[in-house]
Amino acid sequence: MATLTGRLATTGDKPPPERGLPLGARLRRAVLPVYTGLVVAYLFLPIAVMIAFGFNDPEGRFNYAWEGFTLEHWQNIFNRFPALNEAIKVSLIVATISTLVATTLGTLIGLALTRYEFRGRGPLNVLIFLPIATPEIVLGASLLAMFASLAVTRGLVTILIAHIMFNISYVVITIRARLAGYNRTLEEAAMDLGADEFTTFRKVTFPLIFPGILAAALLAFALSIDDFVITQFTAGRTSTFPLWVYGASRIGIPPQVNVMGSLIFFIALVGISAWILLARRNLSTAPPTRVDA
Amino acid sequence: MSGWLRRHRGLVPYLFLLPGGLWLIAFFLVPVLTMASVSLQEGSLGTGYRMTFNFGIFPEVISGSSTQLIRSLLFGLIVTALTLLIGYPMAYTIAFRGGRYKSILLLLVILPFFTSFIIRTISWQFILADNGFLLGTLKSFGWLDQSFRLLATPVAVISGITYNFLPFVVLPLYVALEKIDHRLIEAATDLYASRLQAFLRVTLPLSLPGVFAASLLAFIPAVGDYINAELLGSRNETMIGNVIQRQFLVSNDYPQASALSLILMIGLLISVLLYTRLLRGQELTV
Repeated sequence: MATLTGRLATTGDKPPPERGLPLGARLRRAVLPVYTGLVVAYLFLPIAVMIAFGFNDPEGRFNYAWEGFTLEHWQNIFNRFPALNEAIKVSLIVATISTLVATTLGTLIGLALTRYEFRGRGPLNVLIFLPIATPEIVLGASLLAMFASLAVTRGLVTILIAHIMFNISYVVITIRARLAGYNRTLEEAAMDLGADEFTTFRKVTFPLIFPGILAAALLAFALSIDDFVITQFTAGRTSTFPLWVYGASRIGIPPQVNVMGSLIFFIALVGISAWILLARRNLSTAPPTRVDA
Repeated sequence: MSGWLRRHRGLVPYLFLLPGGLWLIAFFLVPVLTMASVSLQEGSLGTGYRMTFNFGIFPEVISGSSTQLIRSLLFGLIVTALTLLIGYPMAYTIAFRGGRYKSILLLLVILPFFTSFIIRTISWQFILADNGFLLGTLKSFGWLDQSFRLLATPVAVISGITYNFLPFVVLPLYVALEKIDHRLIEAATDLYASRLQAFLRVTLPLSLPGVFAASLLAFIPAVGDYINAELLGSRNETMIGNVIQRQFLVSNDYPQASALSLILMIGLLISVLLYTRLLRGQELTV
């Protein structure tokens, strides 16, 4: 991020004096920004529709045509469908636990890969890369084949096992990218000053790699809470939020789903905005020689 | 503890690797091997399965689902090309013209992820419906024929998958473009390259690692997708994922479904390896 702002100041696309340009050149300069705006609009069209129809007042079961504005569904988010509440609870439990476990296991692998020399690095890299290069449906199907052969009843535990599995690889890749340019001189300095390995890790290494760990955890949480395919194969009778929505879509989506989707969207929006503002403040107050993990 | 560790320094990385590595072996490698073994067995869920080394199942399922296999491959290629075509100019704009709006634009690319992709796909179903939001309006103005439809056509399925994986493509493209040293492009124009030549001979080649990562991130999930075909397509757009899903979860034909999954996985791995060979020198790290 530091290079991102630094480069802009020096060699950013120098904006020529707009007024002096002929109309044709000004139009040509506008093509890319306008295009980008259109793609952003395309990305948000289905989300806008989702939010809007959370305020719709449909006559029957089907929430397909605009009938009138109401706040009723927002007032009764949690009262109408107990099964939906249960599904959201399962999603949150799975996302939280799988994030914690996968981030821990993945960070350890990331540390080993970037800080130690050892034999078997090649096979390990393949083992980490393969789950990402395999379509989700194959991951889900193979777990189902194994659970079925072992006669394991599918449910919350099998969903957790699956989510931790696919999250580990993503965590390792995120952490490894963050640690690639990692500077070990600070650790050596701490050891020279008499800190033992554990103290060095706690006081120097961990704070340095923490932003990377946080980024990996956020990614893991987002992947887990939205996962449908692998969950469908490992869930058995248990339902998560995406599974419930999919099931409901066959008989008509109630407006509560739109409301719940909007709520999750707004919470994420506020959370990420706060995070970015915070990161920006830290960036501007950080000393220029900071080791960027 | 730390004394023991100091005496056995070489063991430290293995201790770090052990829990995560075992998890991947137990819940990725072993399941894939189990699936391979199930594909060679015969029987049914009720009566149990017996290993018969039935290798004939592979040609059987390939010919049985060849339409869906070819369609998935074709849709995957079209989607990859479309996401690159739509995503590259956008990533370029964010990287080179983003200015102080860079992080906000990136945030806008990532934000759709925070709405469940099932809900987004259902939203498209609604937008593209025959008399829905989009077509209904155009038809009421008489700009479209009453019988025109998008839902339940290949166009709907392909655009749905393209929509789903567009952000996956924009991000690696942006990372690759952002890394490019602007002085190289300036040098090219100083040496009398036109802007187009500078782009074709400097910017584009330097962004190829991003194009490589992006195309894999779109192609692999696109070929295996079945949600878009299920929600936006009809019987005529079923992909290989739909067949596997139905055999596993509806008709419980585990050997056939396992064989198909295995073919899909190996087929994709081979194409990834060939693709890597083709663009030799590209790191195989996404």
